Amino acid sequence: MYGWLWRHVPGPPAVRVVILLAVVAAVVVLLFGWVFPWLEPRLPFTDVTVDQP
Amino acid sequence: MTTVQATPPPPPAHPPLRGWRLASRTLGEVLVTLGCVLMLFVVYQLWWTNVEADHAAAAATQQLQQQWERAGRGDPINGPEYPANLRRGDPFALMYIPRLGQRWREPVIQGVSLDDLAKGVGHYPDSAMPGEIGNFAVAGHRATNGEPFAYLDGLKAGDLVVVETRTTFYTYRMDDWYIVPPTQVEVIDPVPNQPDAQPKQALITLTTCNPRWASYERLIAHGVLIDTRPKSDGPPPALKQGA
Repeated sequence: MYGWLWRHVPGPPAVRVVILLAVVAAVVVLLFGWVFPWLEPRLPFTDVTVDQP
Repeated sequence: MTTVQATPPPPPAHPPLRGWRLASRTLGEVLVTLGCVLMLFVVYQLWWTNVEADHAAAAATQQLQQQWERAGRGDPINGPEYPANLRRGDPFALMYIPRLGQRWREPVIQGVSLDDLAKGVGHYPDSAMPGEIGNFAVAGHRATNGEPFAYLDGLKAGDLVVVETRTTFYTYRMDDWYIVPPTQVEVIDPVPNQPDAQPKQALITLTTCNPRWASYERLIAHGVLIDTRPKSDGPPPALKQGA
């Protein structure tokens, strides 16, 4: 998977490293901004109120 | 006699993987990636939600103080303590618990949804307002999202909790905390745990999750109003350094 990715990213190795780091950064932003906030209320770590079952 | 020997082609630097080798390599990469995502989620929960919540609490506190200042231009003491049309998510008071730190201060937000609790501590909207006869009930996170009530289990009988509105400081004296199942909604009744009783006292109830890193129980602390002080008289003794 990562080998395939490396072979399909254009440019010399230094450019590839920069491109792939940018992809990783974009994935982290996506996770922190949208995926994790969506996931959080679905996990039982944040219940602090008394409530009907 | 010379023979022309065909030189074998050099082996490729990375021979392509095939079959089960490719499959097991890919599976390993997927699992390592999932592990990294899980670690990122831990970072998000333990660090980033606190960064965001501290920021949101500071913004809510500032919004409230500006609102008080604007409302105070006409009349510093009289007039409504909070806007009549209080909406979910609006801050309307500040809470101080010296036992949790001399600098511990949280905005009280109307509502107990996760969005409300990400900005401070949340007021159960159907419960009494600060100082009112009945039960002023407030929920807060014990872990993550600012975790205002992280160390609420350090609260001791006799500790004071101060609630500041635009016009008034209310001081409550707390009892020992106790643990209940999450379904025990009677703890926020006007008279806690007595659903049919008529309230005669002004109480406060704090709720948070227990144990700290799980949430299959709730930690509950009640207190009773012992002092009502107009803000023109200055902060109550509980908020003075060393009190």
